[in-house]
Amino acid sequence: MGTTMLSLRGLTRRFGGLTAVDAIDLDLAKGELISIIGPNGAGKTTLFNLVTGLDRPDAGTVRFEDQDITGFSPERLAAEGIARTFQLGRVFGNLSVMDNVLIGAHTRLRAVRPAVPVIGPLLELGLALLRPASVKAEEERLREDVKVILARFGERLLPRIDQPAYSLSYANRRRVEIARALALKPRLLLLDEPTAGMNPTETTEMQGLVAELKAEGLTILLIEHKLEMVMRLSDRVIVMDEGKKIAEGPGEQVRGDPKVIEAYLGHGLTTKQESAA
Amino acid sequence: MSSWLDYTINGLIVGNVYALVAVGLALIFGVSRLINFAQGSIYLVGAYIGWVAVVQLHTPLPLTIIVVAVAAALVGLIIERFGLRPLQNSVRIAPLLATIGISFVLDQLVMLTFSPNPRALPSQLPDVRFQIGGGTIGPLDLLIAGVGITSALLLFVFLRYSKLGWAIRATAQDRDAAMQMGVDVNRVNQAVFGIAAALGGISGLLVGMYYNQIDTAMSLQATLKGVVAEVVGGAGNVPGAVIGSLLLGLVESYGVAVFGTSYRNLFAFLLLVVVLVLRPNGLFASARQAPPEPLTGTFIAPSRPVRIPRWALLIATAVFAILPLLPVSFYVLQTLINASLLGMLALSLTLVAGTIGQVSLGHAALLAIGAYTSALLSLTFSVPVGLAIIGGGLMSAALGTALISPSFRLRGHYVSIATLAIGEIVSLVILNWESVTRGPIGISGIPPLSLFGYELVSPISIYWFSFIAMVVLALLQGRLLGSHLGRSFRAIRDDDIAARAYGLSLNRYKSLAFIFGGFAAGVSGGIAAHLYSYINHETFNTQQSILALTVVILGGLGNVVGAIVGAVALVGLPEVFRIAAEYRILIYGIVLLLLVRFRPQGLLGTM
Repeated sequence: MGTTMLSLRGLTRRFGGLTAVDAIDLDLAKGELISIIGPNGAGKTTLFNLVTGLDRPDAGTVRFEDQDITGFSPERLAAEGIARTFQLGRVFGNLSVMDNVLIGAHTRLRAVRPAVPVIGPLLELGLALLRPASVKAEEERLREDVKVILARFGERLLPRIDQPAYSLSYANRRRVEIARALALKPRLLLLDEPTAGMNPTETTEMQGLVAELKAEGLTILLIEHKLEMVMRLSDRVIVMDEGKKIAEGPGEQVRGDPKVIEAYLGHGLTTKQESAA
Repeated sequence: MSSWLDYTINGLIVGNVYALVAVGLALIFGVSRLINFAQGSIYLVGAYIGWVAVVQLHTPLPLTIIVVAVAAALVGLIIERFGLRPLQNSVRIAPLLATIGISFVLDQLVMLTFSPNPRALPSQLPDVRFQIGGGTIGPLDLLIAGVGITSALLLFVFLRYSKLGWAIRATAQDRDAAMQMGVDVNRVNQAVFGIAAALGGISGLLVGMYYNQIDTAMSLQATLKGVVAEVVGGAGNVPGAVIGSLLLGLVESYGVAVFGTSYRNLFAFLLLVVVLVLRPNGLFASARQAPPEPLTGTFIAPSRPVRIPRWALLIATAVFAILPLLPVSFYVLQTLINASLLGMLALSLTLVAGTIGQVSLGHAALLAIGAYTSALLSLTFSVPVGLAIIGGGLMSAALGTALISPSFRLRGHYVSIATLAIGEIVSLVILNWESVTRGPIGISGIPPLSLFGYELVSPISIYWFSFIAMVVLALLQGRLLGSHLGRSFRAIRDDDIAARAYGLSLNRYKSLAFIFGGFAAGVSGGIAAHLYSYINHETFNTQQSILALTVVILGGLGNVVGAIVGAVALVGLPEVFRIAAEYRILIYGIVLLLLVRFRPQGLLGTM
């Protein structure tokens, strides 16, 4: 594989007595797709939060390309080209599908957000009110982009482009989130359980889309519970349990790893015994 | 040195009183994540019930305290049962607005029953002072300290050793888990509101006795002080609230010792702003707390705004534009002038509270900044009035945004607290900065409205002036909402975490919203100054902030047309029905409550 896009070293996050993410190392090459799997509460989403700046690590570093981005703010990381979706879904409920996805393209606004220090925000306000031709053209271009992105979801979203997101089905809201992430034109995409709550047909559709994105060369970090999808898509799989990385490698190899089986089945058995008692 | 001991004792005593209010607020925040803006009103009710008991029924002191505690607790239970419980599954903004509405209704009911004139509340204790060290202490001081310490101990024992106390602590820690374990959350809420109200009522009684005076203005002050103490101690932290209260009492007392009485509140609110900026989780929170759990659901009620066709808006604008040419009375024009002034304030607030979700309770301060700037520019520097008003708008935009910026990192109910406090700070600075603002005397002889050298004195010309100003601001705001800024603001309102993850800087966009909104409010204040020809620090008060908020909710949060329709309705309808002035605030409060309960999206829907 090519150059390293993302590299985590000793990344750690503690909540009180609980170590949610425990000294995680990870290297993700350009164009690679790595899946992170593990039982609920293994620390997968916390790891995503640390990479995307929504939470700050207690120890360890995050490097993106050649830059140390540990502790960067989420808005700065978005500008660097890191996009993510959220596990429970965080669409903007009162915004239309179009506006939701346009927010994804926010960091690509140039004409209306001149990079001028100090008075930049005031210029932005003025340009938004005056709307010179360049600003209008940029907005039009982004709207066309959004339609192209939405077309990737077939007829799921395009007919609902002006509907507010709160009126969409659960699966469609997940799709809007992914469309919003794509509108950022990300260099690194983090998907947090993109198929949660989807039926088998919808899951297959989503799997096809992620495969397409990978084929286009996008670098992807994926959290997913549906193992079949993980096995088909991933270049490598990382297994987390109780904050630690317990296995790493190609899907087939990880699948047979006794530690992994124990993490899944062992937990299952103990909880069963507890609830039986 | 002796006086320092006196100030210390005074600070601790006053701190004890604040603690009674703040502990109630902390309990309520703990179990329901709600800042109860009606807490001060319960304190007010407690003071007046105490007055009835002492002056009219001549009850002995212990009985007075019991009567006040029981009556106040009843009020608390009623608020919980009928005001808040129906909103349990509502959007996050609903209970906040409901407690604001309840507070206005209660205050007005007390004012209508007892008249707004201050009353004396005798202390029922012998007026002697004991020497201790270099200072003195009276029996009332000891009573207050005694009540404060006793309530704290009782509360501690109750929370620690009673079953209901456990339930309260469990609910505060994790409401869902508590419910799953069979805790009756409604009962917990009842208990908490009852206890909080009883403590608040007793506090009102003691303060009334301490200053030997009660009046209806006490309510807002008490809410503010209680909230300051609670936030300083860490929201929801009961022992923290006690320590925060004592600290607040001491800061105020020493501040008064050094600078004089009129600075008392200024210190309280500055303390709040400093804590919010430096340690937003309170003095006793661990430096880095786990981030708050993701807030699910939207902040405002989702709805489809009512689409009004463009031709209908054009016709309506045309009708109002030619209205003065029709045979209408000056009285109608005067009413509509007031409506357009309120309309401009509502445009500002609907952008800030509705579009970007920062429910500002101190919006009248922006009026005041605009009014003072415009008045002083035209009086002192002979700037033409038209330009002076624009200057007022710009000053309001700049200064208002700068003042509010410390609160940009806050979320939800905290923003309301901060804006309320900042509004009070503006009013206090105007009162105390005599060299510029002429202090309590106010500014008189402000030149009338004029444009290009022509004075606008006829009601018709004033009507056109304010109408056009409002229409221009509304058009600009409509254009703003249609730009990328409109969707960015609304995205931040709906989910600020997702917004940040997509590159939207909260500071930047909240600033832009306040700059734009500050300008509209400043222009409204500027026009008002030239209309009234006299302004002082009380011309633009919290009542106007709440009135504007009611207008905004009525019209639909973020809805530009709704803000104007709401302003015309709330100013016009009381005139149509000839409702006496003293009942109007009461009616606004009730309208706010009914809206929150039955039509949270307002008349025209949220945008």
